[in-house]
Amino acid sequence: MSGASSLLHALLPLAVIATSLLAAVGIFVLAEHRHRLRSSLNLAAALAKLALVVWMGLGVLEGERYALRYTLVDGVAFVLRADALGIMFAGLSSVLWLFTTIYAIGYLENAPNRSRFFGFFSLCVASTVGIALAGNLFTFFLFYELLTLSTYPLVVHRGSAKALAAGRTYLVYTLGGGAVLLLGIALLHTLAGDVAFGAGAGLAALEAVSNPQLVLIFALLVGGLGVKAAIYPLHGWLPTAMVAPAPVSALLHAVAVVKAGAFGIVRVVYDVFGIELAWQLGVLGPLAALASFTILYGSLRALAQTDLKRRLAFSTVSQVSYIVLGISLFGPLGTAGGLVHLLHQGLMKITLFFCAGNYAETLGAHRVDELDGAGRCMPATSIAFTIGAFGMIGVPPLAGFVTKWYLGLGALEAGMGWVIGVLVASSLLNAAYFLPILHRIWFRPQRGPWPDERFRQCHDTHPLLLMPTLATAAFSVVAGLFASLPYSPLYWATVVVGREYLP
Amino acid sequence: MSLLPALVMLPLSAALASTLLPLRWRGPLGVALAVLLAGVACGLLRTVVGDGPQAHALGGWAPPLGIALVADGLAAGMVVLTATVALPCALHAALGLRGEAVEDGFWPLFWFMWAALNGIWLSADLFNLYVGLELLGLAAVGLVALKGSAGALAAAMRYLLAALLGSLAYLIGVALLYAAWGSLALADLAGFMAEAGVAQSGSLTTLVALGLMSAGLLLKTALFPLHGWLPPAHGGALPPVSALLSALVIKASLYILMRLWIMAGPALTPLALGWLLGALGAAAVFWGGWMALRQARLKHLVAYSTVAQIGYLFLFFPLFGVANMDAARLAWDGTLLMLAAHALAKAGMFLAAGNLVLAVGSPHIADLTGISRFRPLSLMSFGLAGVSLMGLPPSAGFTAKWLLLQSALASGQWVWIMVLVGGGLLSAAYVFRVFRHAFVEGPARDRFASPPLALELSALALGSASIALGLVAQAPLEWLRIGSPLATGVP
Amino acid sequence: MSATVLATDALYAWVGVLLCGLGLFGFIIHRHLLRRLLAFNVMGSGSFLLLVGLAQDGRGIDPVPQALVLTGIVVAVASTALALVIFRRWHRVSGESTLPEDV
Repeated sequence: MSGASSLLHALLPLAVIATSLLAAVGIFVLAEHRHRLRSSLNLAAALAKLALVVWMGLGVLEGERYALRYTLVDGVAFVLRADALGIMFAGLSSVLWLFTTIYAIGYLENAPNRSRFFGFFSLCVASTVGIALAGNLFTFFLFYELLTLSTYPLVVHRGSAKALAAGRTYLVYTLGGGAVLLLGIALLHTLAGDVAFGAGAGLAALEAVSNPQLVLIFALLVGGLGVKAAIYPLHGWLPTAMVAPAPVSALLHAVAVVKAGAFGIVRVVYDVFGIELAWQLGVLGPLAALASFTILYGSLRALAQTDLKRRLAFSTVSQVSYIVLGISLFGPLGTAGGLVHLLHQGLMKITLFFCAGNYAETLGAHRVDELDGAGRCMPATSIAFTIGAFGMIGVPPLAGFVTKWYLGLGALEAGMGWVIGVLVASSLLNAAYFLPILHRIWFRPQRGPWPDERFRQCHDTHPLLLMPTLATAAFSVVAGLFASLPYSPLYWATVVVGREYLP
Repeated sequence: MSLLPALVMLPLSAALASTLLPLRWRGPLGVALAVLLAGVACGLLRTVVGDGPQAHALGGWAPPLGIALVADGLAAGMVVLTATVALPCALHAALGLRGEAVEDGFWPLFWFMWAALNGIWLSADLFNLYVGLELLGLAAVGLVALKGSAGALAAAMRYLLAALLGSLAYLIGVALLYAAWGSLALADLAGFMAEAGVAQSGSLTTLVALGLMSAGLLLKTALFPLHGWLPPAHGGALPPVSALLSALVIKASLYILMRLWIMAGPALTPLALGWLLGALGAAAVFWGGWMALRQARLKHLVAYSTVAQIGYLFLFFPLFGVANMDAARLAWDGTLLMLAAHALAKAGMFLAAGNLVLAVGSPHIADLTGISRFRPLSLMSFGLAGVSLMGLPPSAGFTAKWLLLQSALASGQWVWIMVLVGGGLLSAAYVFRVFRHAFVEGPARDRFASPPLALELSALALGSASIALGLVAQAPLEWLRIGSPLATGVP
Repeated sequence: MSATVLATDALYAWVGVLLCGLGLFGFIIHRHLLRRLLAFNVMGSGSFLLLVGLAQDGRGIDPVPQALVLTGIVVAVASTALALVIFRRWHRVSGESTLPEDV
């Protein structure tokens, strides 16, 4: 490898993060009223990031190595490294950042504080991509906490008493979780030094260390990450954070925050401990049980919600645990199911949140019972919502089905048949909380005037709101239909499983 | 030619010059000279990094009667830190105080303070440290009293009494040490004590001397429970003054205390005493954080945050005193980085708080409602500094906390881990309390005074520096080890 | 320590200690600022006496403590002057001659 190309290989991961970091700085500097320039800058950065991630992803498939290493202080390094798993998450973030940016430009038209909003939004994406490309736990933690900080102004964006209270709850949970995570990382560091991701066996070399200590570290790490992944009983912040504007909810719940937690758990189980060691320590069983419980608990709570966004939020609580469940199944199929859900759930959930935002913005409908007859009025949005909902339930051939199929196979492979029961029960519950909404949208007549109607001259809703919604809905159909083709989410998940975990 | 005398003489001459110059020249001169002095400071650091520790006898008079200046890595680092903090503060003062009655007194006192600080960093013996400490105390008290209001005068008086009592205790300790050992040079004393061994060095006189000096320095550093004078003095002063006091002045007495403990060596400073200081530090972290949370006025919140942050620095004493070299090195690195992080972040935070108070025209946190839309830059600076104070990544405060955590784990002193983690959460609570008010959107007013851009930029520069230092800490930490007890014996 | 206790030269040192103690006592019990300032000066004189007295232990005349004490006196005078200035201003502004109790 020539010098110039190795420099390029080192700088590329940094460039991917820098696109949104610099965009954030640029946006902060721009005056509030320069919205055209701001939008152009934002979209250019999002496209540039996407292009870089695609370039890097193709390289990773061909076996190229992109890594940057820089000693921060003695004993810890700042490491960025692109592997298949990282690219998967970075790709998801960049695709959805692009769509959410378009959506947000439409959503916040003429709203105040846009400079602050888009600045922190970009910062948030920079942290998410940083999490995806982090090459060790320390770097991961750096970006993980930066994500907390950059999402706080987004959660309290509206500045109402409710938003500020939600922001407080959000901070209490995430900063507390961050402290626990830091404790775990520091403990691990004294035991094993700087643990690089993908170094192979992870901690397997440390057999001399007593098991209880490793179990404690595992509990601290997963406990800290579980806050963002909204695992029961650490999920409380998520439904309250729903007061944020729709693009933020979409981003928080589909990509950035909850996925950062789930992705971190994947890293801990596979890259830090190694699946073998985790299995020997006996920590996977409890994790699977906890994930299963969260799946059912989230679905049950979702049933009881009347607010559409809150119902979606509890649905997220439930769905993110599919990922955790997948990785705690000891075997390649379950892992593939969990990983692919990282992408699928992102696509489907962001579609649903976009739709919820569209209903709220266009019709003023926030509650489920206000949606009667919305399908006739906003057909395109409603079709997207239907696709997302069926995907979540797991109807073939949509994306959610692929996930559940692989999770089921994985459970059988790992000899944990009871997981099938959880999957079936959860699918039934999903149907129970989504189908009534679909029924209302399509088959009930409209009840009186809409609470707060806007944008109706263009028939469905504002094109900037509709376009991303339809795009992500289309992606979640394609991801399910063509799951077996190259470059599909499932393809990536199997590459990750094949390359990293089953040498 | 040695740069050492210039570092003390230049600010002293500037102090005299600025009493003679017409008022309108003092500000521009202040900024210009601050830039020059910062250049000299960087030059010194370069020399120390390149050629090792430097020494200079003023006027060619050798100690003990002459005054010697020495600079090892730590001293050079503190000189540079002082310049880094003082330069934006000078800029802030030059623009922020222009045309106000207080400008008259500010510049001479500012320069005396800088001279005293450099004198302390570069002193080689205990008596010169005393003189530096007194000069610093008097300049600082003068700066606090500048405002002339009843509150400022009461705070200055309280501060002065504490400072005088502290210096006197220190002076008596110096007398006892001289009687016992016949020298005041730090290097001599360290050598004698190491040679004499514990049995003899640990004599009653020496212990009483060290105890008195430490007590005096603790009072001047405002370690809990001796912190009572700090919040009114730091909270009530002019913004650039508060910034300088919190960032640098209290660090001077801590610096002397650290030098003293390193000089006396682990034999004389038993771990139990280190634990006592650590425990007081822990109490400071929680008490200061709790009080900060309860303040109604913005600058007083920041002042109590200083009380809390000082506590972290005292974890140095139990962690450095252990036999485990790794833990000691981590404690050294972590404490000094924490010191620098706090200096930059707190100065930035005080300047930002000053700008916010100026913008809303009220010192109360509750009146910040809606400010986020109109003064985002000042709020951003406040936030950047806050990130470092909370110890969240990526910031110098976090890197320092990480090093201290590692030190606590390596030496098995678990209790400090709880202090570091819990203290961080408490500081998050009070920093975000400010944001909770600032982010409120409502029918409240939408007219605020706007401070000049340079005022906001000087706060932003310090806040950003406290973040950036966390990412480039490796080289500075290596420089600080030059000529320290850690420079040898560690791979 | 025991050797110096017996020496007559140590008388100065012990008087110094006594003055320091008296000064500290006064500093703590008095609230009137002028009294506290005087107490501080008594304490300062005591410490100078201590500094000179302790050095007289038969090693001959040592110039260092003399130089130190001279410097110390200058510093003490300066601090006292500053304290008086602040006290006068405080008295003029508030009419009080003590500091408010609550911080």
